[in-house]
Amino acid sequence: MEKEILDHRLHINRRHFLSKLSLGLGSAALGSLMIPDLFRGNELSGDGGGQLGIPHFAPKAKRVIYLFQNGAPSQLESFDYKPKLREMWGEELPESIRMGQRLTGMTSSQNSFPLVGSFSDFQQYGEARAWISDLFPHTAGIVDDICIIKSMHTEAINHDPALTFFQTGAQQGNRPSMGSWLSYGLGSENSNLPAFTVLLSKGKGNGQGVYSKLWNNGFLPATHQGVQFSNGEDPVLYLNDPNGMRAAERRKMLDHLAALNQISFEKSGDPEIQAKIAQYEMAYRMQTAVPEATDLSREPEHVFEMYGEDSRKPGTFAANCLLARKLSESGVRFVQLYHQGWDQHGNLPSEMALQAKDVDQPSAALVKDLKQRGLLDETLVIWGGEFGRTNYSQGKLTKENYGRDHHPRCFSIWMAGGGVKPGMVYGATDEFGYNITENPVHVHDFQATVLHLLGLDHERLIYRHLGRKFRLTDVSGSVVPALLT
Amino acid sequence: MIGVLVRMKVLLGLLPGICLLLWACDGESNREHSIPETISYNLHIRPILSENCFACHGPDANKREAGLRLDREEDALSALKEQPDRHALVPGNPDASEAYQRILSTDKNERMPPPPSNLSLTDNQIQLIKKWIRQGAEYEPHWAFVPPRKAVLPDIESKDWVQNEVDYFVLAAMEEAGLNLNEPADKSSLIRRVYFDVLGLPPNAEDLDRLAGKDLNLDALLDTLFANPAYGEKMAVHWMDLSRYADSHGYQDDYYRTQWPWRDWVIHAFNQNLPYDRFITWQLAGDLLPEAGKEQLLATAFNRNHKITEESGAIDEEYRVMYAVDRTNTLGKALLGMTLECAQCHDHKYDPISQKEYYQTFAFFNTVAEWGIEEASPGFSKKSPAKVPLMEIGEEDVKDILHFVNLPDSARRVQALLANMGKGTNYNSLLAEADVLKVSVMGEPDSARRTFLLDRGMYDAPKEAVEPGIPKAILPFPDHLPKNRLGLSKWLFDSENPLTARVFVNRIWQELFGKGLVATPGDFGMQGNLPVNQPLLDWLAVDFIESGWDVQGLIRKIMQSATYQQSSVVPPEKFEKDPGNRLLSRFPRQRLPAEAIRDLVLASSGLLHREIGGPSVKPYQPEGLWEAATSGRGNLSRYLQDSGKYLYRRGLYTFIKRTVPPPSMMIFDASNRDACEVERLQTNTPLQALVMMNDPVVLEASRVLAEKLLETGSPTPNLIRAAFYRILGRKAEKEEFQILLANYDSFYSGYSEEPERADTMLSVGEYPRKDSLPVVERAALMQVISLMYNLEETITKS
Repeated sequence: MEKEILDHRLHINRRHFLSKLSLGLGSAALGSLMIPDLFRGNELSGDGGGQLGIPHFAPKAKRVIYLFQNGAPSQLESFDYKPKLREMWGEELPESIRMGQRLTGMTSSQNSFPLVGSFSDFQQYGEARAWISDLFPHTAGIVDDICIIKSMHTEAINHDPALTFFQTGAQQGNRPSMGSWLSYGLGSENSNLPAFTVLLSKGKGNGQGVYSKLWNNGFLPATHQGVQFSNGEDPVLYLNDPNGMRAAERRKMLDHLAALNQISFEKSGDPEIQAKIAQYEMAYRMQTAVPEATDLSREPEHVFEMYGEDSRKPGTFAANCLLARKLSESGVRFVQLYHQGWDQHGNLPSEMALQAKDVDQPSAALVKDLKQRGLLDETLVIWGGEFGRTNYSQGKLTKENYGRDHHPRCFSIWMAGGGVKPGMVYGATDEFGYNITENPVHVHDFQATVLHLLGLDHERLIYRHLGRKFRLTDVSGSVVPALLT
Repeated sequence: MIGVLVRMKVLLGLLPGICLLLWACDGESNREHSIPETISYNLHIRPILSENCFACHGPDANKREAGLRLDREEDALSALKEQPDRHALVPGNPDASEAYQRILSTDKNERMPPPPSNLSLTDNQIQLIKKWIRQGAEYEPHWAFVPPRKAVLPDIESKDWVQNEVDYFVLAAMEEAGLNLNEPADKSSLIRRVYFDVLGLPPNAEDLDRLAGKDLNLDALLDTLFANPAYGEKMAVHWMDLSRYADSHGYQDDYYRTQWPWRDWVIHAFNQNLPYDRFITWQLAGDLLPEAGKEQLLATAFNRNHKITEESGAIDEEYRVMYAVDRTNTLGKALLGMTLECAQCHDHKYDPISQKEYYQTFAFFNTVAEWGIEEASPGFSKKSPAKVPLMEIGEEDVKDILHFVNLPDSARRVQALLANMGKGTNYNSLLAEADVLKVSVMGEPDSARRTFLLDRGMYDAPKEAVEPGIPKAILPFPDHLPKNRLGLSKWLFDSENPLTARVFVNRIWQELFGKGLVATPGDFGMQGNLPVNQPLLDWLAVDFIESGWDVQGLIRKIMQSATYQQSSVVPPEKFEKDPGNRLLSRFPRQRLPAEAIRDLVLASSGLLHREIGGPSVKPYQPEGLWEAATSGRGNLSRYLQDSGKYLYRRGLYTFIKRTVPPPSMMIFDASNRDACEVERLQTNTPLQALVMMNDPVVLEASRVLAEKLLETGSPTPNLIRAAFYRILGRKAEKEEFQILLANYDSFYSGYSEEPERADTMLSVGEYPRKDSLPVVERAALMQVISLMYNLEETITKS
């Protein structure tokens, strides 16, 4: 039975696929498309078209793990060392630096913009002599494996639009997420798991929440929706059979279901019915595959030690990093983590220390772990938030305490593995940490580069919707060649 | 010539930065094969030019290359700006036509489209262009901008099949392709289809019994169904998608909002069969009508359903502009079927809509006396569930003119506003608002505000001032109309407006057949699909106007056709000829939308609580979703599940928190209501299978129906048959029944050995258990019913 279903799906997929082909394709590429990808589901409608499952050129990375630091961590206490700000502590931000740039509604009414330097010290590490704050000692330990970009900039000045812009390439919020685009472009490597999964955690700092629209499929078919995973009891929504149901009973029920659907198919002849049978079989396989992929109980002791104590607590960022490694290893194309709590408008010194403690060790452990397993070369790891923070204090500045407002003009992120040049610092900002002086990287450039690493041309990964072709990078963006190995 | 080339290279160097490559038309592959006798500009040529040429040689004046414009006949035929002795197109003479020669050129610096654009023409397309030029290169106006006319009914062979005018047009197209209609659907399928399409609910067993045994009188059935208030609820679902209705403001902490009285009005308006012209006029301009009352004012909440920010730090003007942009784009997509938004930052690349015209349209919506972020402005309450301009709805209103608003008691209102709120400023200001229901509506214009063209669409880059207006290519704005939203409504319903009726008729067709006659319901422009049957679309549009915009009349007209009433069986030879069923040689089987799936489960099990309107409800949802995603602030930071009857309301009443919409609905392709949507996808995924197998609402419904049936005391086989009848609307065939019985038996024997497992299984859901009934039978029957809910046919309109 199952074999026939598979054969049938293969047939449908192929025909469906061939009918959608509009561009010339070499036979080699076609060959790889004959592999059934049941998770992709059957796209009944939509005016999409386009090229599914085709890398445009040889990819460096096969998978992505994106450690999103939600709320926007300060670059000035992490990777962008500005001694000048300590020297000028309490002095006004010169107008020659600010140049009338817009401020958020939270500080636009402030009548003073006192500069403030980092409360934590910085040291230089690695071959690139990269400056890294003492808050991130473990990250400092992997400095030769990562590429720090200090010249990121974005268009939005508030969390919701900025996050949405980072994840979907547009601020307004009804476009597909980056993970959905990759699922659409490359499909899943593991037909029993979704291509795009999401893991959430919260720190102790001031948080801004996340929105499930961030992992929305937008106008792409729902198969490309991010699937939220947890390492709790029900790792995927609706995955568990009801209490009191045996796996053997589920199997029997599915056999009866398939038999009844088959009768319906013989009556009506609609191939959708057979697709439905296949989706139920896929769901059944997920019921086994997902708990296996999310089961951390068999991880050895030294792995937990590497990721830190928190990794034993389900739902923490550390546990999610470990889970991300497992999912990625199982072939999940895009694992998206969000760690909330990085919005330090006030109490920055105490909150930032707590937030850094949450993420520093597990982020570094993830890179080391992937490297030890020989997976770092084909896995792209990204760490960063949605914008940066101001070099002046928001609210009252004291010797012990200060805050920083949103700053879209410059901020820092890092990337590792997957074809990114390791041990490099890219881009620079002025001595005030306010404006970019060298090699600016716009969010769309970043997105174009990520797609490039996965073998996709951001101008050709398109989806037609309502008469227009859409892409992740909207209407701009260029790959940054300097970041590539 | 050299000038052209140099400029072209410069342009191509800039390609990544401009969006001309992002647009494309629908190159429909079935036109690839043969060259027709007569070449039509609209059918054959315009799609090619639009896809490949208009980005640089089209309506956008700022991006136009070499001064050449190919989308308008007078420009395309005149002398080339840079080569006055040459012409892009010379009617009758492809060899002298520079455009054609450039397409043929093998020199990559000469060839059009330029190779770096990644665009290229197929041989077939080149042949079409050649033949078109040879036949005189005649342009035609864009079909959708020419007002529809009723064509004479076509002469067809299979007149025997015809039920009404619709069939003439459908059959004419079909006969050309060697196809014919299917046999009429069997009665039970047709009844179920009609129920889903009119009420969004399955027929109940009593209805089926009543209709059994005699010929179906469809007209009489429709009379009954249109009189059922469930009709308004069904129609409201699509309208809520289009109007981006939700129960939260949509940004960041995403607080609660109270726009639901508008949704109650929509249900009421459909149930009253309010003519479409008034339905729209009230929503666009109800506040400006001379006879404006509270009902008309409430209708204008349509234009305040968009997202509104409450994020500290947001810049007021940036968001205020965004709201007016949203209204403008919604007008385009929902009512005109035009992608107006493409002209927000520059002239439209394909459609004759200039950026100036965009801001003229925007001007209609730019004078609302509103704030971008209200709470940052002095004197405003924080986190209010409605934003100015607003209306208040008191108990006396509900007794009188707004009788259709289902106003809950104040305790429930207070609970909705203050749930989760820790004491503090926000708590206090919400508490102060709890006593009266408020809805954001359109209101007194802020007459001081002028509208400017915004450079690149940026809120802080105003250029020249503009007056209210519309894209002239659609239909010029008559001088005698006021330049406000009321005038705009009159323009929409001018008898010569080519779009309004077509766009609506197309969407009704889409609701019934799954796909519109124009497959791009939000784009009737150059890049949209051509209608698959324009004479039919136009006939229906004109008929709709002549009927006085009678919505129920339109639905009735389509349902009376043989096309609608045919069987959905898919004969292999028809599948071969028309796999996508664009010609409708069979009724297209369609998966039900998310709301209808929920309604089917609740209705067939007897759980459905039939109450119309009121605040949205929070049924079962997997735990922790809102909590995991929240900052901890706000009255929607935790999901406080409802209980009792509120667990069993129809799907359209499920609470939509925009930032975390209900997962079981999203898995079935519902809209998260971020922006206007005019169609939903119909996907088929394993997550949908998981929902149907394990969602507590399906399991609870299975249990409750099992219990209700067991209470009748009939023997098990009869109970299985009865459940099947209620869920699938037909009697089980023998073979089906055998499988269902086998399923029952296998669970029965398992549970007999371990009755405690049966008991665990029965514990799902809050609806009281009937523990006087035997446990093992109950659980086994529950499992069979759950199986029935998982059948493909159950959630399919066939």
